[in-house]
Amino acid sequence: MIKLTTPISEETARSLKVGDEVLLTGTIVTARDAAHKLMVEEKPDFPRPYMKDGVIYHCGPVVKKHEDGSYSFVAAGPTTSTREEPYQAAVCEEYSVRAVIGKGGMGPKTLEGLQKVGAVYLHAVGGAGTLIAKRCTKVETVFKLEEFGTPEAFWVIQVEDFPCVVTMDSHGNSLHKEIAAKSDEIAKELMGLK
Amino acid sequence: MELKNAMLELIRRASTDLSPDVEAALVQAYDREDEGTPAKSVFGTIIENVKLAREASTPVCQDTGSVIMYIDFPVGHSEKVYKEAAEAAAMEATKLQYLRPNAVDPITGKNSGNNVGVNAPYLHFHQWDKDEVRVRLMLKGGGSENVGAQYKLPDTALKAGRDLKGVKKVVIDAVNKAQGQGCAPGIIGVGIGGDRVTSYALSKEQFFRKLGEPSSNPDLAALEKELYEDLNKLNIGPMGFGGKTTCLGVNVAAQHRHPATFYVAISYTCWVYRRKQMIIKGSEVTYD
Repeated sequence: MIKLTTPISEETARSLKVGDEVLLTGTIVTARDAAHKLMVEEKPDFPRPYMKDGVIYHCGPVVKKHEDGSYSFVAAGPTTSTREEPYQAAVCEEYSVRAVIGKGGMGPKTLEGLQKVGAVYLHAVGGAGTLIAKRCTKVETVFKLEEFGTPEAFWVIQVEDFPCVVTMDSHGNSLHKEIAAKSDEIAKELMGLK
Repeated sequence: MELKNAMLELIRRASTDLSPDVEAALVQAYDREDEGTPAKSVFGTIIENVKLAREASTPVCQDTGSVIMYIDFPVGHSEKVYKEAAEAAAMEATKLQYLRPNAVDPITGKNSGNNVGVNAPYLHFHQWDKDEVRVRLMLKGGGSENVGAQYKLPDTALKAGRDLKGVKKVVIDAVNKAQGQGCAPGIIGVGIGGDRVTSYALSKEQFFRKLGEPSSNPDLAALEKELYEDLNKLNIGPMGFGGKTTCLGVNVAAQHRHPATFYVAISYTCWVYRRKQMIIKGSEVTYD
């Protein structure tokens, strides 16, 4: 088990390999479809301080607002990452992101981007909403809440020992590519196409 | 608003607690995987999360899904009463964080913030001859909805003809294409026949069946068994990490088709398989 703390250096990111199990601690930022589109089309500056050598989390949380105006996460597992495939490589490069957490893996464009930037894709357990929310210890701030709504807003949060697995690294390796190639062959056999 | 409160409790139960058949299937899947594999560790996390969510009464998954209700009611009841109660329950459930706000206007991009909007919650009404009301609720996540597929047979590329062998091929193709994207292991609902709309509807309704309960049609029951075995040979595994469990169940149903069409709809639901029902008889409400 590798303990990883933000900010993450390029050297550290490049040292990670597919299959490494990671416990992540520090500040990370949630971003989904609307956020990625914005970051590519308008390149806003407000996320920069949190994203440089930082971590993007593909997550649309369930959030509780407390009487004093503060927020906490109630359920916060990863969302499907592939929707950000058109944007991810450009976002990682523009904002010097070192890790992207999500589920389901991403495609060739992102894999190439990870190699270029020096970053990794971390897979969290999809559906583990309550368990992961317990590792999100504090909501620091939020951007675009009113405009994008709760799931799509940029939530800046602190996490402690967030469990992930490296499934895409900066050396061109992808667990998702491997599993899909093997299952394609099995599927063809089962369908009698071989 | 007794009806609203009963629906709110139904939503709370569905969002925060999985049914015993689903939890048992997840425990069996954990037992099947080899020690030290990512698959084993994923199932360990999944089972722990299910327990934590039940204890804290918080959502198992942050994607609390689309709210889909099937309501069977006696002659003479008003649909409006149920619609209003369902909307009020969805709003309240959002305030209490049993639901994430999941209703977005596709024109403006604005989230309604309370799970109420055009066709949200989505309600199916059916009048029946019993003197009781049955409300069946499904909370279906968007990630798994995205990997659903509809095929038109024959399919040349897959060499899938207009028979149950062809059906089998397209189901294998759909689950292989889904990989881990729909939060595998999934439960697969298959609707054979009908038109474009009813084929998807039939495939989704199959999620109200209990896991391991075979189709009453022997041909379909055999197909379900074969598909369950074949899909678990794909080695996609939980989250697409590889492993022995790619699906927890396959439920197939058929309906008559137009002579010119042969649709097969495949609905996929994630392992956070949330569906609950309640029966209202007089002033008594029972949940299952």
